[in-house]
Amino acid sequence: MPPRRQISTFDWSTGVIALAAVAAGVTVYLREGWDRFLAILLGDVGVMAYMMPKVLAGCVIGTLVALLLPREVVTRWIGAESGWLGFVVAFLAAAILPGNPLTIFPVAGALLVVGADVGAVVVFITTWALIGYQRALVWELPFLGPDFTIWRIIVCLPLPFVAGILARMAMRARNKGGAA
Amino acid sequence: MTGIAIDLLLWGFVAALAVAAAMRSRGLMWDGLRDGVVDFLRLIPRLVFGVIGAGFLAEVLPQDLIVAWFGPDSGILGLTIATIVGAVTPGGPVVGFAIAATALKSGAGAPQVIAFVTAWSVYSLQRLVMWEFPVMDHQAVWVRIAVSLPLPFLAAAIATLVGRP
Repeated sequence: MPPRRQISTFDWSTGVIALAAVAAGVTVYLREGWDRFLAILLGDVGVMAYMMPKVLAGCVIGTLVALLLPREVVTRWIGAESGWLGFVVAFLAAAILPGNPLTIFPVAGALLVVGADVGAVVVFITTWALIGYQRALVWELPFLGPDFTIWRIIVCLPLPFVAGILARMAMRARNKGGAA
Repeated sequence: MTGIAIDLLLWGFVAALAVAAAMRSRGLMWDGLRDGVVDFLRLIPRLVFGVIGAGFLAEVLPQDLIVAWFGPDSGILGLTIATIVGAVTPGGPVVGFAIAATALKSGAGAPQVIAFVTAWSVYSLQRLVMWEFPVMDHQAVWVRIAVSLPLPFLAAAIATLVGRP
């Protein structure tokens, strides 16, 4: 198990967002008055109330799966000698594994160390980034709505494989160039 | 309604995982639950500012400008700008989705927003620097960066082709 790294409470990106939120709020208040300000604020509080239980569940799922499914297991699944099956397993593993960058990249790095091909690792990371259900349910759905979220995921389904095939081709071309 | 169904699904999953952890050891289950709650508490400031920011920013941003740059008729240029903005947007789920929601509310086209979300998901500059390069073989990271270049455009093209969302 990789050592658990903490999510920081407040970093510079949060600071920028906070600044933008406050500036925009003040602008709305000055330009359109108290009533409009309050209406938007109440709407946002509603969105937040909708998100809170999902975010909490998402966090707990993330930590529990990380504890229950040590990276050795995933590494064994994707293995050194992969081929097309490796792509499919990498896709499924990344789609099922909840997790944040703190857990995903150490797994991907370990896969490379045990000799998984770069294509499968690219499939793994791209799937996690684009298809992961946890991020979609917890974050994307409340912000963007079910119609957008579901169609975005459908549209993105082939992309990990495209990236994986390209990566495999790139590595092959590179190795050939190195041998010549 | 869908919200409650998703809550039930997620919490059912939590319960199943907690039971699975408890079967190994009670301590493991409590560790997982406690760490999860701590992660949640640490995320709250981001969540608050992200959600409230998205609401106010959508109201303040000049809509005609958003429509001109990222609207449904902004074409390849709009897609390219959306992709670049997505790639340099810092990580963390709140930031990217808050911007995407703001853009969508202000009249950006769905393919453009999909290109933005895709670029932000596969790149997220801050995540690359902080998490990916330190733990991964650098050559593999560069290969991943290179082969991911067409993905935002591909996603937007497929979205345009199927006519959804």
